[in-house]
Amino acid sequence: MEWETVIGLEIHAQLNTASKIFSGAATAYGAEPNRQACAVDLGLPGVLPVLNEAVVRKAVMLGLALEAQIAPRSVFARKNYFYPDLPKGYQISQFELPIVARGHLEIELDDGSRKRIGVTRAHLEEDAGKSLHEGFGTMTGIDLNRAGTPLVEIVSEPELGSAREAVAYMKKLHALVRYLDICDGNMQEGSFRCDANVSVRPAGESSFGIRTEIKNLNSFRFVERAINFEVERQIELIESGGTVVQETRLFDPDRDETRPMRSKEEANDYRYFPDPDLLPVAIHTEDIEAIRAEMPELPDAKRERFVRDYALSPYDAGALTATRDLADYYEALVAACGAPKLAANWMMGDFTAALNRSELEVGDSPVAPAALAQLLARIQDATISGKIAKEVFDAMWAGEGDADAIIAARGLKQITDTGAIDRIIDDVIAANPVQLEQYRAGKDKLLGFFVGQVMKKTQGKANPAQVNERLRARLRGD
Amino acid sequence: MSLTSDEVRRIAHLARLAVDDREAEGFAAALSDIFDFVEALNNADIEGVAPMAHPLDAEQRLRPDRVTESDQRERFQDIAPAVEGGVYLVPRVIE
Repeated sequence: MEWETVIGLEIHAQLNTASKIFSGAATAYGAEPNRQACAVDLGLPGVLPVLNEAVVRKAVMLGLALEAQIAPRSVFARKNYFYPDLPKGYQISQFELPIVARGHLEIELDDGSRKRIGVTRAHLEEDAGKSLHEGFGTMTGIDLNRAGTPLVEIVSEPELGSAREAVAYMKKLHALVRYLDICDGNMQEGSFRCDANVSVRPAGESSFGIRTEIKNLNSFRFVERAINFEVERQIELIESGGTVVQETRLFDPDRDETRPMRSKEEANDYRYFPDPDLLPVAIHTEDIEAIRAEMPELPDAKRERFVRDYALSPYDAGALTATRDLADYYEALVAACGAPKLAANWMMGDFTAALNRSELEVGDSPVAPAALAQLLARIQDATISGKIAKEVFDAMWAGEGDADAIIAARGLKQITDTGAIDRIIDDVIAANPVQLEQYRAGKDKLLGFFVGQVMKKTQGKANPAQVNERLRARLRGD
Repeated sequence: MSLTSDEVRRIAHLARLAVDDREAEGFAAALSDIFDFVEALNNADIEGVAPMAHPLDAEQRLRPDRVTESDQRERFQDIAPAVEGGVYLVPRVIE
């Protein structure tokens, strides 16, 4: 039987504010336990939440980028459940009236076509603390630094048809929140994490199958593997006569499988009600317009502009706009060197490779756009070949100075004096009489051998095109 | 509208309240009376009245995004039942 997969994602993005959503405690990652948990975060008696302005602004930005509706009035609600890392006994969230509703995001599929994925809603909520189950004997440790950290939960429609589509959607959203600078996107630290609702149904069927929810997926790779496993599991289960149980499951990356989470009794009865401590959040048209005015250019628009203005292929433009930092670097580089295609090749080649090798982000690159532009200028004016440029680049990366200084210090300037090249060619020919004989007898392939010998003697400093041309003439005996 | 004592026990469990069977009966009757009282609202004509999320006709004030709280961990942990290495300790919660 043909099966169809239906996936919806719930993505939690941590908003990158300085202080928490309802308190003035810091949100910085990695502090000593409970040093950033104030009386409000601890839920001590008598405290009251006060909403952070930046949280509202960032959520509105997201809503605008998703071309969604921004609620003129949204309401905070209490989601009630008991767990020690939630000291108040409820999480402040949004239920009936979220701040953002009915948006969409366009993803690109493997075949290059585009698909629009609906975003049902995005609502604000506070994160819980962290439970530490290891290292405290018969006790559990509670660190409340994360309690009250602002989150936006972005819920997609069940419109993703495969693990690949789910990953494409998640990556698109990841790039978007980073462009907007509303979330640092750090998945290892849990700033961007995903729950996947997965079900299968016979192809062509219009009603949904029973779904399971896979919780807390914190990498693109895990999302793909967990969904693929879960789809296989559900199909096998149904085909062997069983039925899928609606439940929450966890992905175990070591065993590459999902397993049911321990049953949280009546976990879904959260008894939401409007939080009487918080008034409705009003967002006026002029607030929205002010926020719209400060929005950066979004990834899709930037990509289209790169194709148009720099004559790049959509693929290259996509790679160079993957992050805002990379795109900014590229634009600074092009502005300084005036060679969009050469700049693109260098950035996607040696520059990216060097970043990966050094495990650095674009912003930490030891080679600034202006410095790289100087190097590219030396390729363009034929001072050095592209091959030598790689050596110069590595030296620049290692901090040995700018391109011109390195070229001078290492004597890498290309030999353009034809007399000098001819003398070297003659030496090479004289030193290899056997090969000369064979070449003249018709073994054309030996040209490469002679070119190699000449380049070796010039330490790569001769212009390859020039060497080729003059060598051919000399070998013919002209 | 009336509440059964089973429903009372379920709600009590969700709220982690210890309610014995005799109390559940009593609460069921008392809570049902409250529901009946609130039920009177259903007779009100609310045509054209916007749903209300808060009794005050006001908007949420926002606070600038600044860190204003200093670290008071020692004071908070002085009154905690069990603490180790800066974390609060609770009975083990994982099975």
